[in-house]
Amino acid sequence: MNPVETGATWAIWLIVSPLAAALIAFLLPRVAAGIALVNAVFMTTAALALLDQVTEAPRCFALGGWGAPLGIDLYADTLSGVLLVVTSVVFLATLLYSRSYLARTAIGPLFWPISLFLHAALNALFLSADAFNLYVTLELLSLSAVALVALADETRAVAAALRYLLASIVASLAYLLGVALLYHATGVLDLAALAERVTWTPTTWAALGLMTAGLALKGALFPVHFWLPGAHSYAPSPVSALLSALVVKAPFYVLLRLWYAPFVGAPEVVANLLGLLGAVAIVWGSVQALRQERLKLLIAYSTVAQIGYLFLLFPLAQTRSALQGVTVFILGHALAKAAMFLAAGNIYQYLGHDRIRDLRRVARELPVTLAAFAVGGVCIMGLPPSGNFIGKWLLIEAAFEQGDWGWAVIIVAGGLLSAAYVFRVLGHAFTLGKKRAEGTGAPATMAWTAFGLALLALMLGLAAAPLIDIIGSPVAVAVAIAAVPAQ
Amino acid sequence: MSWQAALPLLVLGSSLLPGLVIFALPERSRTLRTTLNLGGAVVKLALVVWMIWQSGQGVNYELRAALLPGLDLVLRGSELGLFFVGLSALLWLVTTIYAVGYLEDSPNRSRFFGFFSLCVTATAGAALAGNLITFLAFYEMLTLATYPLVVHRGTAAARHAGRVYLAYTIGGGGLVTLGTLWLYSITGTLEFQPGGVVAAFVDSEARALSAIFVVLAAGIGVKAALVPLHSWLPTAMVAPAPVSALLHAVAVVKVGAFGLMRLVFSIYGVDVATGLGLAQGLAVVAAITIIYGSLRALSQRNLKRLLAYSTVSQLAFIALGISIGGAVAATGGIVHLVHQGLMKITLFFAAGNLAETLGVHEIRDMRGVGRRMPWSMAAFTLCAFGMIGTPPMAGFVSKWYLGVGAVDSDASWVVWLLAASSILNAAYFLPIIRAIWFEAAPEQWPKERTFGRAETSLMLLLPTLFTAAVALAVGLFASTPYSPLEWARLIAARQYAP
Amino acid sequence: MPLLYSLAGIALFCIALRAVILATAPLRAILAVNVMSSGVFLVLVALARRTPGLMPDPVPHAMVITGIVVAVSATAMAIVLTQRLRAAAGTNTTEDAPRADP
Repeated sequence: MNPVETGATWAIWLIVSPLAAALIAFLLPRVAAGIALVNAVFMTTAALALLDQVTEAPRCFALGGWGAPLGIDLYADTLSGVLLVVTSVVFLATLLYSRSYLARTAIGPLFWPISLFLHAALNALFLSADAFNLYVTLELLSLSAVALVALADETRAVAAALRYLLASIVASLAYLLGVALLYHATGVLDLAALAERVTWTPTTWAALGLMTAGLALKGALFPVHFWLPGAHSYAPSPVSALLSALVVKAPFYVLLRLWYAPFVGAPEVVANLLGLLGAVAIVWGSVQALRQERLKLLIAYSTVAQIGYLFLLFPLAQTRSALQGVTVFILGHALAKAAMFLAAGNIYQYLGHDRIRDLRRVARELPVTLAAFAVGGVCIMGLPPSGNFIGKWLLIEAAFEQGDWGWAVIIVAGGLLSAAYVFRVLGHAFTLGKKRAEGTGAPATMAWTAFGLALLALMLGLAAAPLIDIIGSPVAVAVAIAAVPAQ
Repeated sequence: MSWQAALPLLVLGSSLLPGLVIFALPERSRTLRTTLNLGGAVVKLALVVWMIWQSGQGVNYELRAALLPGLDLVLRGSELGLFFVGLSALLWLVTTIYAVGYLEDSPNRSRFFGFFSLCVTATAGAALAGNLITFLAFYEMLTLATYPLVVHRGTAAARHAGRVYLAYTIGGGGLVTLGTLWLYSITGTLEFQPGGVVAAFVDSEARALSAIFVVLAAGIGVKAALVPLHSWLPTAMVAPAPVSALLHAVAVVKVGAFGLMRLVFSIYGVDVATGLGLAQGLAVVAAITIIYGSLRALSQRNLKRLLAYSTVSQLAFIALGISIGGAVAATGGIVHLVHQGLMKITLFFAAGNLAETLGVHEIRDMRGVGRRMPWSMAAFTLCAFGMIGTPPMAGFVSKWYLGVGAVDSDASWVVWLLAASSILNAAYFLPIIRAIWFEAAPEQWPKERTFGRAETSLMLLLPTLFTAAVALAVGLFASTPYSPLEWARLIAARQYAP
Repeated sequence: MPLLYSLAGIALFCIALRAVILATAPLRAILAVNVMSSGVFLVLVALARRTPGLMPDPVPHAMVITGIVVAVSATAMAIVLTQRLRAAAGTNTTEDAPRADP
């Protein structure tokens, strides 16, 4: 592989390294954990280095020397750079957690290679700007995710994994059909080229509809979110963290890219429909979360609700604040949700169950874990100074800018609803109860990785100002894709 | 940055850092925990006194941190802010001593004192906030820090109280967030300034501004226990007495009242608020709260619940003072922040003493307790008279200024309101006082503990006497140069000066 | 002609989509998904004709090949999961398996 310029190396390492590590981890299970952790650290440095590079200008790398439209370009701008960083941070924390987790819950040595594949797929997705390449990476992502869910060796997990897989394939096929139609209409697949050539014909309309529907199904937007609660809650806890924090954001990211580059100027009615479904998701997900008996299901429905916030971007897509808000929100949610699932994993291992009503004395015996859950919950509620607060603030600002109050009210109401279910859990955890005979507290690594992630989410708001500045305006996102020549 | 310039941050840190360390301490490290607690409180008080002294010499304290492009987190040593943080620093020290004594044998003390410290940090942050977004951040932090204190006992009643508390305070926080954003979208700034920041937009956006005022007042009014948003306060009385003291006198409701002051003085400015009729509306709500609170207090059998309703009523005096217009009435409202705090905390300390020493919670069990616990009950009686408004207690001073200010501003109905409130206060306090001193004690108290020769533990008694004495002193020496009254007069004058 | 094939592909897609949604057993769903993918591939191949008489466009063909690989892998995984489900629950239907969400 010939990188076209030396700066290209980071992007390539971000894809190649996890793949190579996955292979080694598969062949040599004894060093699998170590390889995975080394890779995770390397990925974090690579992602930060790449972010540093793209802060000046977006970069485009032609793989194998073949540029678009014949070959495949890797494309990185600040949006992808920021998402790559949060991906590697969440992976690092989760893999650290997993070492202790796997010592107590057997899910087999395949966890390490498959999670590395997942990481590679995510990185590749964030670095793609080609409609078909995005399809391929989405497929890799789904297959790895399904395999990880099925690692939990119980029937519910396998059933959930199967449901997830079927939903995923259907969604991908819809997306692929859309790509086919788009190609037929324009003759190109690269997003930049598409942006120049797309005109609104019935074929393009159909393509828009199919791709949006497919990505909405993959991204668990109400009302096609049915597969998510099962998949995210019955999976092993580190897997749940990765799924809710990262995997479910990828389809949204693809839709975002599509919306800004080829489909800019899509009719308002579609945008408003997506926003409306997002609003319903916020309310529905929160209400369902309140009704859950089990902690992991509650957290999974919380994810359904939080995804709704993301889709509020579309009606507000003309404003800069909305894009910045959604990006910061993704970062905050990824960190906080991962923290909550890791904490739930601790609780599950310690108590042997995760029934909310029976969470007595968790506050006393797993203080750091509960603190991680509480801080993560505070971020999900969107209280200052968390990143989620900044994200919501920017979204509300965008809503006021456009004069659409309704979205602002929904966002605030969503915060109140999430407070209800977070404090439902905390209330039960603070109760008195007989001390368990066994129980030696949670292992330090597991508790503190969860807490560390939660703390990062909370403090994100304080670092948000420089972050927001580097996330460009929506026009810049689209123009940058279109204007950057292959270097 | 020299340590001098970072003073506001240090004031916050003096309670935050001990709090964080205390969380990590095991239950049995009593000495270390008590040292951290008291040490932090003393350091905080010292820093605050220094800050006040320096501000008097003309030093300006301001710290900024960028939150969003164009929006900062600001800590500033303004007069109103220093007034409030001074009160809370002093009362925190006293409450810490009391709490250490009260929770001698309770479980989970590390957790309690950890959240206790966070609570005070949030209060200090709200006091020193230089703009609305900083205030909002600490307002929400206060909710989160006080919830574990309310549910501390872990009983079903405590958890129920916690849920009610959360429902109200998180809802209030949501309203404040909405109002803040809305305001920001109109004015482009959220800074606190004497005279307010919305004056330039009154002509074009009068309706929006009025709506924003209502939203903000409702959101802040939850913590200030304005009717009909007050129900959480009596319910939260299941918490241990130091928590009640904290909630009522030092932290939560005071932040609410302070927030209303900020709303009227520093965001809208008295001219705009009166011009749009908003201040008058607030005055009406305050008046209703004053009467309603006292009426509900009349029918209470539990001492702490009665005191809770009394707080609801008394706090509205502050809202009343700042909304009827005129510097004199405003002085009365502002100084009542301190006066009510001192008197109420004494009453709660006394109630806590009764509960801890004798197991007395209901009013009917208080007969003849004056003989058994003369000092605590003396303090109680003194401050009860202060609530009624008898000279020379602090309560009288506030009411006097409110009354005079009302007449000055052509709001004579307020004088009738003050009189009615005093009568109602007398109606529920005097029978209690009579029962305490003039009725025969029962054979046996519900749950008695002895503390050597003193009537109760010194750690419980001394704070009670101290705050009572200070409440008396600020009333007696109200017209001396450094009294809270003079300070309040200064602050009020600033708001009304052209 | 290309139009006929593309419409046939889309029809397959829709029919199979209905079958997936209404499937009673996992195996039916897997088969339906495969028919769906065949429909998509048919559309791709049909649309690959640029001008009659000349070489067809190779890019859609490449997409089809990739798609087939993906479909085979996904089918394999789905079948493995179905077998595990059957072994665990003793039955083949998704309905009889314990419900994954309330």
